[in-house]
Amino acid sequence: MSVVTLAQALNRSLEHALAEMDDVVVMGEDVGRTGGVFRITDGLADKFGPDRVIDTPVAESGIAGVGFGMAVGGLRPVLEMQFMGFSYPAFDQIINHVARIRHRSRHRFTAPLVIRIPYGGGIGAAEHHSESAEAIYCHTPGLKVVVPSRPGDAAGLLRSAIEDPDPVVFLEPIRLYRSVKEDVPDTSFTTPIGAASVEREGSDLTIIAWGAMMKEAREAAAALVEQGVDTEVLDVRSLVPLDVESLVASVQKTGRAIVVHEAPRTVGFGAEIVAQIQQRCLYHLQAPVERVTGWDTIFPLKRSEHVYLPSVERILAAANTVLSA
Amino acid sequence: MLQILTPSGDLVAEAPLDLDMTTRLYRALVFARAYDRKSTALQKQGRLATYAPFEGQEAAQVGSAAALNPDDWLVGTYRDAAAMWMQGYPLDLLFAGRTGDERGGSPPEPINVMPPSITVGGHMVHAVGLAWAERLQGSDRVAITYFGDGATSEGDFHEAMNFAGVFDVGCVFFCQNNGWAISMPRESQTASETIAQKAIAYGMPGIQVDGNDLFAVFSATRDAVLRARLGEGPTLIEAMTYRLGPHTTADDPSRYRTEDESAEWRRKDPLERVRIYLSERDRWSEEWQAEIEAQASAEVEEAVAAAEALDPPGVAGVFDAMFADLPPILAEQRRMAEEAE
Repeated sequence: MSVVTLAQALNRSLEHALAEMDDVVVMGEDVGRTGGVFRITDGLADKFGPDRVIDTPVAESGIAGVGFGMAVGGLRPVLEMQFMGFSYPAFDQIINHVARIRHRSRHRFTAPLVIRIPYGGGIGAAEHHSESAEAIYCHTPGLKVVVPSRPGDAAGLLRSAIEDPDPVVFLEPIRLYRSVKEDVPDTSFTTPIGAASVEREGSDLTIIAWGAMMKEAREAAAALVEQGVDTEVLDVRSLVPLDVESLVASVQKTGRAIVVHEAPRTVGFGAEIVAQIQQRCLYHLQAPVERVTGWDTIFPLKRSEHVYLPSVERILAAANTVLSA
Repeated sequence: MLQILTPSGDLVAEAPLDLDMTTRLYRALVFARAYDRKSTALQKQGRLATYAPFEGQEAAQVGSAAALNPDDWLVGTYRDAAAMWMQGYPLDLLFAGRTGDERGGSPPEPINVMPPSITVGGHMVHAVGLAWAERLQGSDRVAITYFGDGATSEGDFHEAMNFAGVFDVGCVFFCQNNGWAISMPRESQTASETIAQKAIAYGMPGIQVDGNDLFAVFSATRDAVLRARLGEGPTLIEAMTYRLGPHTTADDPSRYRTEDESAEWRRKDPLERVRIYLSERDRWSEEWQAEIEAQASAEVEEAVAAAEALDPPGVAGVFDAMFADLPPILAEQRRMAEEAE
């Protein structure tokens, strides 16, 4: 075991996969020579060479489409989109081809690839660099969508995504790349896709979040516990497939829930979670489920990010509403 | 433009195929036309969904696919059934797809033909990835991708050509320039003088061939495939041909082009010139023609019957190929769909 950041955990997981699985290739813009704009692929090109770690032209649709062909042809490509806003040119490939091939060929051809996408704001980046568009991928039949929030899950979920027989969109919270650390095994391991994680057990209230928002969720829970509110914290981790069972078990126990996400509110993935809760937990609910989310606006530039991003204070205000109902 | 066999059946260069092989491919051309005409007829009877006929393009498809190894990859479109069939795609599955059954997209192993791309232009990059994957796995299989003149306007044509050029991928880009992208003539699609010349920009050879000339198409594709197999990189082939029929059975070409234009191309028919060539070498007779047409018709009928005899795919068909393992939410929806049946 060693203490690593989320970024380092991803780097090590990729290194293990490249070393242990002959069919894995890493492909994307600047992933080789510079090790990626976030250095997630740092050092891999030197270790594994240009046939395994491939610097591509600046062409997201090409990366997704060529990677798709590689996957059908027997490889397991791990593709990097440099930022979520840059993944939009690849939508046609991802939605029309990657997500559909198993279905349209009745299992004859499959696309076991991973599309890694750094996402989310809070680092004062340029326009288009702070998107949280997970709902679009979740709304595309045929894709799995996972979002780690801590180094161990990042490494384990990435390995599971690489080994998965179906395409996985792997979202990486930019803001947490270097701000969370934990002990992670030095050898490769998997974390199952499709299972949520109860990070803290509690009996009064469930805070449900994923990815970057887990930081605010944890801080809000700590503040609530200090106030005597026994708060349960649930990291969804896997949006598709969704672990409905764990969500339901938690909310049936606590009777109160808040869903937190950075993406815009309307048709955000929180809406699906709230719908699942109301359908399966109605008679256990002590209060309407609250959502703490980004607004239905363009993600603001540096000076106004705080206006948009869900904060600990907003979560605590929502908790107050839920607890006093 | 490379031409070996003129519309009147005269050789202007050495034939790249012997008489036996030419006879075999002539049968394939006759078969392709029978398949195509039958499909249009079945669509009019309401037995097939919308159909995209390829009459006029038979030599482009048959001649190019004949240059492949049986296990090479073929990535084409909804108008490339003749090429797919040449590469081993079962006829009944071609029809199954057109009856509206996803099982039509599942050729048995080891046939490496992708189900046809329905969106325009997105599939060319797949061929690049497939050929590249083969090379990285130490195989010399190549990939050929078929597309029309309209698809060269799509951004993914550029990305496919660019990736193939940069990484020297063993991919053959086979453009059937049939003059029309639904209602848009080739001149309105690109200001380039030819489509073949676009290859220069990507650092690969480009060649324009008479797409209605079986020999020219075979010869150019054979050279491109060999180049790809030897690891020398991609080639763009522009086959000059013509879609004698409508874009699809839902289209009416009289709204955008003249009868004169079609009639002129009818005189350049890809089958007729091979027929004359064989006839002049005592390899063709009216009886034989009637015999191979009857055989083609019988085979097509049998395949249609097989496709129509498939049980309806039902709920299982909608759900069971979404993932390797059905996730819980989908399993629940599957039960709901079954209850609603």
